[in-house]
This record gives sequence, C-alpha cells and structure tokens, in this order.
Amino acid sequence: MIINHPHLGPRDASEFSILGDASLINRPDWQAGDADDAFYSYLYLRDNPAGLHRELWFHEQGDRSWLVVTRDTVTHAIIDVALASDIAKAATSKMSKVNAGKKTAAKKTATKKTAAKKTAAKKTAAKKTAAKKTAAKKTAAKKTATKRDVT
Amino acid sequence: MHYSIWSLINQALTGNRNWAPVWRDPEPKSHYDIVIVGGGGHGLATAFYLASRYGMKNIAVLEKGWIGSGNIGRNTTIVRSNYLLDGNEPFYEKSLQLWEGLEQDINYNAMMSQRGIINLYHSDAQRDSYVRRGNAMRLHGADAELLNQDQLRSLCPFLDYENARFPIMGGLLQKRAGTARHDAVAWGYARAADQRGVDIIQNCDVTDFLIKDGVCTGVETSKGTIRAGKIGVAVAGSTSRVMAKAGLRLPIESHVLQAFVTEGLKPVIPGVITFGAGHFYISQSDKGGLVFGGDIDGYNSYAQRGNLPVFEDVCEGGMAIMPMIGRARMLRNWGGIMDMSMDGSPIIDKTPIDHLYLNAGWCYGGFKATPASGLCFAHLLARDEPHEVATKLRLDRFRRGAMLDERGAGAQPNLH
Repeated sequence: MIINHPHLGPRDASEFSILGDASLINRPDWQAGDADDAFYSYLYLRDNPAGLHRELWFHEQGDRSWLVVTRDTVTHAIIDVALASDIAKAATSKMSKVNAGKKTAAKKTATKKTAAKKTAAKKTAAKKTAAKKTAAKKTAAKKTATKRDVT
Repeated sequence: MHYSIWSLINQALTGNRNWAPVWRDPEPKSHYDIVIVGGGGHGLATAFYLASRYGMKNIAVLEKGWIGSGNIGRNTTIVRSNYLLDGNEPFYEKSLQLWEGLEQDINYNAMMSQRGIINLYHSDAQRDSYVRRGNAMRLHGADAELLNQDQLRSLCPFLDYENARFPIMGGLLQKRAGTARHDAVAWGYARAADQRGVDIIQNCDVTDFLIKDGVCTGVETSKGTIRAGKIGVAVAGSTSRVMAKAGLRLPIESHVLQAFVTEGLKPVIPGVITFGAGHFYISQSDKGGLVFGGDIDGYNSYAQRGNLPVFEDVCEGGMAIMPMIGRARMLRNWGGIMDMSMDGSPIIDKTPIDHLYLNAGWCYGGFKATPASGLCFAHLLARDEPHEVATKLRLDRFRRGAMLDERGAGAQPNLH
C-alpha cells in the first residue's frame, strides 16, 4: 500500500504503524456522567466496517506525523489522506467557538443544547458532502486503482 | 457408510463405483430447534456435538459459501495447548484431548499427527518465562518439557544455534501437539453431523435476524425465512459484519493473516517449530511442503490477501532460525480474515439479545480450538450455561475488566 502523505508525497505503508479507527481522536469527557459507558465503547468497541474505514496511521519511520487515512478494507485502496492534527484542530475550534458563547450558567445550558443541535446538523451536512466527495473520489480512485496495483 | 478398512477393500474390489456423497444437500426447512450461522470448522463442530453429545435434533448449519471455503481451509493446521492463563489453558487442553479422539469420534481420517511443537528461547529471561508457561501447562494436565541446547540439537540439528543476534538456547516442547489436515476436519465434521440428521445448507447467506422485543426468533436468508428456537453465530472473520445486522457493536477488528507453502521436500522439519524472538512458525505437511506463517498484516482488512512487507518479515524470521530453508522455492501464499479481539482471546457467550448466541474472536488461533469451541458452544446452546472450560470466554469481560490478555498487549487488536 502507498500512502500519499500530505507533506511528503507517496510513501510506502511499511514506514507507518497503524493505531486503528480514527474515532480514537474523539476521546470522551472523563468527567461526564456517562464516562463509564463512553470509555468502554471508546476503548473496546469498533465498527469494523467492510468498505471505507477512517484510521489513524503514524509515520514512525518518517516525519512522525499522525495521519487520518481513509481506506477501503475490502480492496486496500486508499481514498483520502489528511493530517490528524488538522482534523483534531477543526474539532476543537468548533468546541471553543461554542464555549465562547457561554456567559451565564443558564445561557450555558441553552447554548450547549443549540450548539449540540447545530453541530449535529453541521455533522450530518458535512457527512452528506463528505459522502458525496468520497463517492466522487471513489470513482476517481477506482480509475487509478485499475491502473496501478493497490494491494 | 461407515469408513473402515473393509469399506475401502469392498470399494476397491467393486471398482469404486459405490462411494456415496459425503453429506446430503437438503433444502432448508421453515423451522429448526437450533440454527448455526456459519459452516466453518467451529459451526460444523458445534452441530456435531449438539447432535452427538447433547442429544439435540432438528439442527441446521447455514453456510454462505461452501464447506471448507473459509478459515478452516486457509490456516497452517497447527494443533497445540501451550497457553499460560487460567481461562485459556484448560480450554485448549480440552481441545487437544478432543483432537486425540477426533478421528474415532467422527469416523474420518483427519491426518492428526502429534509430532510435537517446540517454542525456541533465545535468552535467559525467555527461558524463565517458558519454565513458567510449562509449569502452568502441567498444572492443567497438559504436557510440557523444557529442552536445553544439547537436547534440542539432537532433535533439530539444522537450527542456527550460533546466530549472533538471537542465539538459540533451547526450547519448550509439547509432544502431544502437532498438525491435522485442515479441510479433512471440515469434511469429517460435516459428514458426521449430517449422519446425525443435521441439515447442512450451503450457498445460504444470512441477510438479517428476526428480532422482536429483544428476542431473536430466526433469520432471513437468501433461501427464505428460517425460524429457530435458538440461533448460534460462528462466523469468525465476518463477525462484526454479521452481528451488525442484529445491531451489536463488538470488541473485534478484522485483520488479514498470511500463510505460505514451499514446494514439496523430503522430511526435514520434525513437528512444529516457532521462533521466540520474532514471529515465525513452521511445520511440514505430509505432502512435503513447508507450511509457515508469522504476524498479521496489522491493518483492518476483509481482503483475503495481504501485502509484501509481511511476506518479507516472515521469511526473515525463517532465515534467522533455519537458514537451510532459504533455497526452498515458495509455491503459494494466501490470506485469511481473522477476528482479532481486544485481548487476543475468544468469545463463547450469550448476547444481549435472547436466543442469540455468539462464538467469535478467535484471533489467529481458531484451528486448534475447533473441537473445544464446538463442544463449548454446543454446551452453551443446549444448556444455556457456559461449559466448565469456557467460563471466562465471556462477551462482557471487557466491560468488567476481566481480560484474558495472553500477550499482555492491552486493547490493541493488531498486537495480539
């Protein structure tokens, strides 16, 4: 497998080590009421899809960056590569915007709720566009996949 | 037909015209008492023990492909019980005992060959750890012998004892371990189950589970709806995919493991030998091919093929301990999909859905476990309680923190 590193270009997968599902970026809040359940599923449960899978790869023999690689677990074709730090930052900046809106305790809960709704709405919207993008990329990838051997 | 020397002579004298198909090819009935999803080694063994030891009738095994198409036909055929932990060793020792009587049980030649397994050690610390493991095995009634270098030299003169990086200092020997013919195990269990009335239904894809109010009452299949009193799922490799249809998320990732075979050679390897400093295990088939393997590739995969870096790593492991195999030509290699659990140990348990049972998470040690897995799953399905050697193989052990982490690697499936 060849991983197209955002900074370094195409690198052999043997330079990397893999941690697993990219959802590991979203560490649950340890102070939340349901932390027990959240950490159980965070630590142990996996979607383990047959098809597109977002996963964390570490460029151990290279620049030691963490990447989020979107890969097809049925064909081993790599669809998308992004820096994990960018994805994590995007997630936290969303959170900090939400936090900036909080002033009083009463407002806090209100904004949280609406923020949660908003992020949920954004998420679904983002998912839709992402799905469209990956679909488009898929067909593109398929084309390239037929050209080079993506074992 | 009962197989024996007489049936063989009889057929030989009559021109081999009267051999019957080894199992029937029935159409599925609309209802069974027990339905096993997955016609691999474990599913077939489960059906066999349900019918033969637990007196159950009206059983079906549903197989998406054909018998022998999955991991039962894709492994390196090693049979052993050299485990350390309390929850594992009694289970695998039970399995080895069942292997020893298997051919008589199922009246089929599974080519069980107890030529022993030797785990090599390369340092004083590793020797100590093997002493501990050997003692743990003996406490559970298994056999284990620690070999020093001289004893090992007399058994395996061809090893690279003077290797600069990983000198071979000795090994832990389990004499009762060995190999068995993997697809004969599948065929033998299928035939024996079929003879006891089990319906083996091939090319029957389970598309959904019928679940109402938390109770599973049957399955939707490509051959129609089949209702059942109890449903057992034994589809290692595809467990997450199949159980997602029942709405379950599991502590399992699917990974690809590769295996390799060389051209046929005269007998050179006595039994099974494993590398203690890397990951490499090798045996020689009765046909003469060297059968070997190593680590999983390490990334999630449902493709039954792997990549070349692991290929190279496995061959380097082989060359490090027995340079003589360097001139053998590789004939073929293949990959199988492993249910890698979060602690490296299997699961035989009920699920949160009533009447739905799970047999999964075999990592890459499923073949040796086939008989005990079948027996314990049959016990669970028939009695609704775990078999005495499988009490710790529970689905909720991750939640409870009662892991069976043989390797001590933590919740990182690709390290087990």
